[in-house]
Amino acid sequence: MNTPPNLILLFVILFNFFILGTSRLNTCIRSVALQGALLSLLPLFLHTLTFHTYLLAVGAFVLKGLLMPWLLFRAIRQVKIRREVEPRIGYIPTLLLGALTTAGAFIFGDRLPLLPEHLHSLFIPAALSTLAAGFLMLITRRKAIAQVLGYLMFENGIFIFGTLLAETMPFLVEMGVLLDMLVAIFVMGIVMHHINREFSTLNTEQLSLLRE
Amino acid sequence: MTLFVTAICLILVSAFLAPCTRKGSTFWDTCSLACGLGGTLLGLVATLVALAHPDGAVLSHPWPGVGGLFVLRLDGLSAVFLLPAFLICGAGLLYGSGYWPCQDKPASSAWLRFFYPLLGAAIGILLTAGNGLVFLFAWETMALCGYFLIVTERDQEEVQQAGFLYLAATHTATLALFALFALLGDHAVLNTLPAVGSLDGTTPLAAALFLLALFGFGFKAGIMPLHIWLPKAHAAAPSHVSALLSGVMIKMGIYGLVRTASFFHGIPNWWGWTILVLGMLSSILGVVFAIAQHDIKRLLAYHSVENIGIILLGLGVALLGRSYGVAAMVVLGLAGALLHVINHGLFKALLFLSAGSVIHATGTRELNRYGGLLRPMPLTGLCFLGGAIAICGLPPLNGFVSEWLIYLGLFQGSQPLAASLPSVLLAAPALALTGGLALLCFAKVFGLTFLGTPRSELGAAHEAPRTMLIGMGVLLAACLAIGLLPRMVYPLLRAATLAWLPTAAPPAIALAALAPAGLITLAALLLLLLLGFFTLKLRPRQAFPSVPTWGCGYARPLPRAQYTASSFAELITGLFGWFLRPQTQEVKPQGEFPVQARFATHTPDLVLDLGITPFCSLLATAAAWLRHRLQHGIVGLYLLYPALTLCILLILAL
Repeated sequence: MNTPPNLILLFVILFNFFILGTSRLNTCIRSVALQGALLSLLPLFLHTLTFHTYLLAVGAFVLKGLLMPWLLFRAIRQVKIRREVEPRIGYIPTLLLGALTTAGAFIFGDRLPLLPEHLHSLFIPAALSTLAAGFLMLITRRKAIAQVLGYLMFENGIFIFGTLLAETMPFLVEMGVLLDMLVAIFVMGIVMHHINREFSTLNTEQLSLLRE
Repeated sequence: MTLFVTAICLILVSAFLAPCTRKGSTFWDTCSLACGLGGTLLGLVATLVALAHPDGAVLSHPWPGVGGLFVLRLDGLSAVFLLPAFLICGAGLLYGSGYWPCQDKPASSAWLRFFYPLLGAAIGILLTAGNGLVFLFAWETMALCGYFLIVTERDQEEVQQAGFLYLAATHTATLALFALFALLGDHAVLNTLPAVGSLDGTTPLAAALFLLALFGFGFKAGIMPLHIWLPKAHAAAPSHVSALLSGVMIKMGIYGLVRTASFFHGIPNWWGWTILVLGMLSSILGVVFAIAQHDIKRLLAYHSVENIGIILLGLGVALLGRSYGVAAMVVLGLAGALLHVINHGLFKALLFLSAGSVIHATGTRELNRYGGLLRPMPLTGLCFLGGAIAICGLPPLNGFVSEWLIYLGLFQGSQPLAASLPSVLLAAPALALTGGLALLCFAKVFGLTFLGTPRSELGAAHEAPRTMLIGMGVLLAACLAIGLLPRMVYPLLRAATLAWLPTAAPPAIALAALAPAGLITLAALLLLLLLGFFTLKLRPRQAFPSVPTWGCGYARPLPRAQYTASSFAELITGLFGWFLRPQTQEVKPQGEFPVQARFATHTPDLVLDLGITPFCSLLATAAAWLRHRLQHGIVGLYLLYPALTLCILLILAL
């Protein structure tokens, strides 16, 4: 239980709760980046150390830990917001929901038809709970930038799943996922910029004006 | 089979001449007509040849790009449906050139010239389809051609509604047919339909197949609760299109049912009972609704529902005969049903065409505005009278023969041989009631239209042009021929019965032994002689002055003092009021010198106007409400929908 991967995964779950509970945008971004950076260490502990593993770890670290936060900080500087994530439902209920989904993930993870070596490990519950936490961010936050963060956490969850499969999963697919995410951040940045310019706020509730 | 394919190709040429040539050109119009007539004539010949040489009547080609075979097979069952189809199509084409002349309406005339023969060709292919692929292909072509023909006058709102309703109905039917063929399996769809009697009728799969066929084909045939599209579509289409739709296209539903039933052996008895009960329901309710109508074409459309019911009675008798092993019931019931398919096609087309002549001459479909039309249009009147006698099932016309066969089939149920079937006899009074009500209905239509004095300014009502009269005359002659010499269709019916029965079944009893056709001929001739005798005997010795119809002793009879459509039918609509639910709007005359008073009745269609329409509008309201709840514009919650769906699916999967 006390192996480095499990420690990393525990930290990842703790970061989930921290992100769900914090109201400061800068902290949020830093936490998501730190979570990503931690995760980028996972392949090093799991697989034999080949060039591919190094490349994957370094690539993930650079993208998740350095490039993304830099892009996001730049974005919030441009649209001039500092704090207040402005949740749709309060922090405490969000945290409670997060706890519920994490518990659900632990229960659900044991019932999946898995390989014997993955059974009763922390990987599946951690991945599922990170996915759920990212999803909660997406649903409960009003500011577009918080939704981008939710999307990033979502991506982290998928990354945990991916590391389980990294032996069989071709290297190209892994890098493809990372690249995908980068492009998505760019797109979201552009969308945020435009939302801000049109409505002079990043509040996505204004988008409901666009409904039929 | 080459002859048959040539005929279909000729009909197709007739169709494609219309869009490829200049609109309104009389020359090309005549060319298209000639091709169409030649094609239908050749088709008749080809069908008869195929009947005489049954072994040559198969055509099979690989169908590149589809992965199946293109199979055409013409057997006795197809021939029974093909003969009236070609005849009515030809008569309709001829009639159409006078009814919808290309000089007056070049655009819509070309439209009709294209889709009318195309519908005929699709029906020809459908009836000979040897596998599911060809069948569905032809079925869909037929259904779409029907839609385009119905919306010929598409600038009118009524026509658009009718077209939409028809399209919805036909696609629902096609959906059921796709399911039917999917269940029949790949071999039936791509190669060849199941052989006669090759499937076991007692399995649950067979029950599913039967119910799907009953729904899909029943929608097309217009069996009572599924008849919703029929009245509007037949009323909205041009008359010769209505003739083809009602005379031929709805019979494709019957063909499908009969063909599907032929695949099975060991048919369970509930199939027969279901068909018999549906037949009783359709025939009685169809005619009751017909009596309550004011629109001549709507009225005729409801009569199609009635006659489909009569055909189903015959089919039900045949299926019960199969289940209980009574060969006489099988032979008589199936022969009656199939002969009624031919007969109804002929006389209903005749009625629609002569109603079309009346509409052509007067410009209205309202029965309440007709009157005294026998004087200006005696020949149309004669044709209509012929059709009316035939549809009422009276000798010496053809309707009598087929109903007589069905009666005989029903009475077989009481023979000591079939001891367990006395309840079949209950269908006989239903058939008799239908005949009586039909007689009343046509007394109403003929009396209101052709007798009495005109009820409104009809302008210069004139006799129909020659092409229209020839078209009607051909059909009337065919009706009379079957009525006088039923013996001549017996070989055809026998071939169809043999094609329908599995070869393992005991050999069919000869129809002639069960139903002596000579007696009918004799009776019909006697009747004609009697008629001729009285006509000669009662002929006036000197010329009478021409005066208006007897006015009940009033010194100055008004046209408005005559019976109207509603007053004539009041007794029956009153008796069936609990079911028909007629709506009346009334302003009673008041005071000594009443200034204004009005009275109007309208009979809605029970299933459509009081069942499906309210249900669908309720559904639409609920859907709009739900959409308003779901589509609130909050992006976050939109994300929740797929996530919840995923969660539910995962929970279900575990």
